[in-house]
Amino acid sequence: MQPPAGSVSLNSLTDEQLAGAKLHPRGRPGTWVAACVVTLVALQVVYSMVNNSAFGWDVVGKYLFSPQVLTGLATTILLTIASMTLASILGVVIAVSVVSRNPVLSTVAKGYIWFFRSIPLLVQIIFCYNFAALYPKILLGIPFLKTFYEVDTNQVITTLSASLIALSLNESAFMAEIVRSGLASIDHGQREAARVLGMSSWVTFRRIIMPQAMRVIIPPMGNDTIAMLKYTSLVSVIALPELLYSTQLISSRTFEVIPMLIVASVWYFVVTTILMFVQSKIETRFSRSVAT
Amino acid sequence: MNAGAEYPIRARGIHKSFGSLDVLKGVDLDLKSGEVLCILGPSGSGKSTLLRCINHLERPSAGLVLFYGEPVGYRQVGDKFLELPEAKVQKQRAAMGMVFQRFNLFPHLTAMENIMEAPLRVLRISRQKARARATKLLDQVGLEDKADTYPAALSGGQQQRVAIARALAMEPSVMLFDEPTSALDPELVGEVLDVMRALADSSAMSMIVVTHEVGFARGVADRVMFMDGGVVVEQGTPDEVLANPKHGRTRAFLKRILE
Repeated sequence: MQPPAGSVSLNSLTDEQLAGAKLHPRGRPGTWVAACVVTLVALQVVYSMVNNSAFGWDVVGKYLFSPQVLTGLATTILLTIASMTLASILGVVIAVSVVSRNPVLSTVAKGYIWFFRSIPLLVQIIFCYNFAALYPKILLGIPFLKTFYEVDTNQVITTLSASLIALSLNESAFMAEIVRSGLASIDHGQREAARVLGMSSWVTFRRIIMPQAMRVIIPPMGNDTIAMLKYTSLVSVIALPELLYSTQLISSRTFEVIPMLIVASVWYFVVTTILMFVQSKIETRFSRSVAT
Repeated sequence: MNAGAEYPIRARGIHKSFGSLDVLKGVDLDLKSGEVLCILGPSGSGKSTLLRCINHLERPSAGLVLFYGEPVGYRQVGDKFLELPEAKVQKQRAAMGMVFQRFNLFPHLTAMENIMEAPLRVLRISRQKARARATKLLDQVGLEDKADTYPAALSGGQQQRVAIARALAMEPSVMLFDEPTSALDPELVGEVLDVMRALADSSAMSMIVVTHEVGFARGVADRVMFMDGGVVVEQGTPDEVLANPKHGRTRAFLKRILE
């Protein structure tokens, strides 16, 4: 190919001149332009927020660390941890059932996922809280034959237990799908290698399959945990004083609706940030073998 | 008590079909103590399936495998053989080491941990003993400096040597090799074959090796078996089968593979 017309040949330069040519990488003006625009917009937004009395920053400051809000925050965190823990355990059991060779178990597990993913969480929470309207008594025993134990539903279902049950059951269905995708990501050869070494299915699952599946499971599970932190606010409909409902209780007294929503948002923001940090730490841990 | 007890493995009339596909059509196999048996044959001839039937990784459609006289995967009740629960089969399987074509090392464990895992969890020996055993085995396969390396950072040949060490850590009396060098780059085949050759020479290990390495079979095997279409076409000493094959199918296969 010929050089384009008008270009100058540099063949007259010496080898040293070519090797020692002063090179300047192409600049990146786009980065600077973007930085300027973003900074300007950000300043404008902050300025508008600070100088707008409707935000009520003094009220936000007054209630941010109030005992009622902090109690609500603690309830939210506890509800998140408890329901995610229960959902994870249940989710693993359901996921293992789905991939089980036992067709009855597999069908029941698929039905479970189908049911709990199909109905809105809000509806499930209200249903769960009003379970006594459907079944006034809870019986334990052999179906149609014998009852060993019975209890009034209203004794078992409180706002807290209803919240915990509804959140856990709903999340467990989603968790089961996350775990299932993790299990599906493991090469079949891993299971065979464990089998020929004489490992039981339990040891294979716990020591070989799950540690590898975790790498696939952790990111969506962290995502669900962060989502769960905020889904807990739905239980305010059954008047459990978690973070959102505690702030609403205050604003119903003081009519400071917007500042109290900001109080709640700030805390959701802070906890989410912490969760994101924890997630990235756990992800690093489970990708050790790949990083080397 | 049993005439077959001196045979680590005696298989009779092994059939295996997957759906309508008959992969094994009645194979008999004997493995004497300390013997190295190489199985050759074109792909699809059923040699890998035969190996997997021997340790009940696949359940044969018909036929029985005896391991030191004991039926693999079954227990005898009267004139019937009932399949054992998986936990019992696992015990039998642990006494037969197996090495796969694609290594199947555990990627989340280091070389050392790969070797230690089964002795720790299955044989339940102490951590120190398991570590000592693993160190010795890594040395035996020439990878003592790779103890703390994860499989992803090992070459194919090194991974397969760790896999052999991992199988040996269970102190099996029989080793099954399923095309152990077929997934390797040509320049890495030698190091794995060297480890296997040393194993065959130095110990009383009985080995069944499914392979395409005719040179290895000629040098190391006590007996060579040629399979095609799910049956044993011929078997004998390496000289008989490899140098003077009686059967046309064997000759055609050897001609193709040696070109």
